[in-house]
Amino acid sequence: MIRALGWVLRRDLLLAFRRRGDVVNALVFFVIVVSLFPLGVGPEASQLRNMAPGVLWVAALLACMLSLARLFAPDHQDGTLEQMLLAGEPLVVLVAGKVISHWLMSGLPLVLMAPLLGLQFDLPGDALAVLCVSLLIGTPVLSLIGAVGAALTLGVRGSGVLVALLVLPLYVPVLIFGAGAVGAVAAGTGAEAHLLLLGGFLALSVVLAPWACAAALRIAME
Amino acid sequence: MLEARRLECTRGERRLFSELNFRIGSGQLLRVAGANGSGKTSLLRIICGLVAPSAGELRWRGKPIRSEREEYSRNLVFIGHLNALKDDLTALENLQVTAALAGMSAEAARMLGALDTFGVAHCAELPAKVLSQGQRRRAALARLALSAAVPLWILDEPFSALDVKAVAELEHLLAAHITSGGMVILTTHQEVQVVAHAVVRVDLDLHTAALLAA
Repeated sequence: MIRALGWVLRRDLLLAFRRRGDVVNALVFFVIVVSLFPLGVGPEASQLRNMAPGVLWVAALLACMLSLARLFAPDHQDGTLEQMLLAGEPLVVLVAGKVISHWLMSGLPLVLMAPLLGLQFDLPGDALAVLCVSLLIGTPVLSLIGAVGAALTLGVRGSGVLVALLVLPLYVPVLIFGAGAVGAVAAGTGAEAHLLLLGGFLALSVVLAPWACAAALRIAME
Repeated sequence: MLEARRLECTRGERRLFSELNFRIGSGQLLRVAGANGSGKTSLLRIICGLVAPSAGELRWRGKPIRSEREEYSRNLVFIGHLNALKDDLTALENLQVTAALAGMSAEAARMLGALDTFGVAHCAELPAKVLSQGQRRRAALARLALSAAVPLWILDEPFSALDVKAVAELEHLLAAHITSGGMVILTTHQEVQVVAHAVVRVDLDLHTAALLAA
């Protein structure tokens, strides 16, 4: 079982490496959106500090959503998804492998890039640290929920818009608490409560999302 | 042993076939015949368990296939009309992933041997996207050379895009699988040159005809 997960992970990372452009796309989107805000809003430091958590989190969320279309659709088109369903391994495990690799390719780069971009908004050190932690806990949730949305809309025309409609309401709590954590540090109240709630979302989605995703994939193949 | 009882398949408003019964045991080949659009591919997908039939059931060794899905999946190899190759992976890597997910060892030497069976070992290091249609088909079929121990082979138009030599190679593999007690279900438009007494035929045209008459 672990071996199958390893192979799915290895396969998807290798594919991502061969198509580096796709991975870079989401990251470039994130960097551009975040970098344009200080230019558009103006150099007022206190204003920038206030809006930084929201801007960074919204941009991360959108960047994550951009890459959802590539999660299952290519495998569906070339028949490899069909083979995964028939692999004789629990589909949940294979789905987990795909979600992990999606996060490594789309979530992790955002987490690593965020502190650098946070500097543009004059965020202090402790807020930058919390920003990183909140993204580190939050982006896997985005990948997990997004995978369910991507599986549900597989093979549907206009699936891009549909995924957004399905997934955004579920992303909202993550966005609120993720950005809220950074805001709370800035306000001096401490980010613990927000981060614990984010951790709760993560635990819940780790338990539920792969199963929901596997079920959705089976339905999509019919 | 695989047994189908009163299978029915509906696609949208259209009923493709109904009251379809067959059984195949070890050492038999089931050839699904029928005109284009008669539901051959749909039938194979039902047999694999990818799609539920709209009525009827399939039993593998006496148990409904949907009750032990993973156990059943381990007992079959399905090669559909899509080759299930990732364009950006090499032929070798593609075969390794497929073998590993099927629970087999993914040792490179073994994979190369399988690719060699279908004469594509020299393409092993090329990404699948530069292979020709026939080479892609061969690379996909190479999986069969690894799957002698898997009892049930389900093949959708396996001979398409193959040249004479590869067709002969595939027929040889199928014959070997059947004589060693395996089962093969396939759709094809050409006559298969394998041990003729073992061939069971299902003609979907007849089932459609019966539907129209009823």
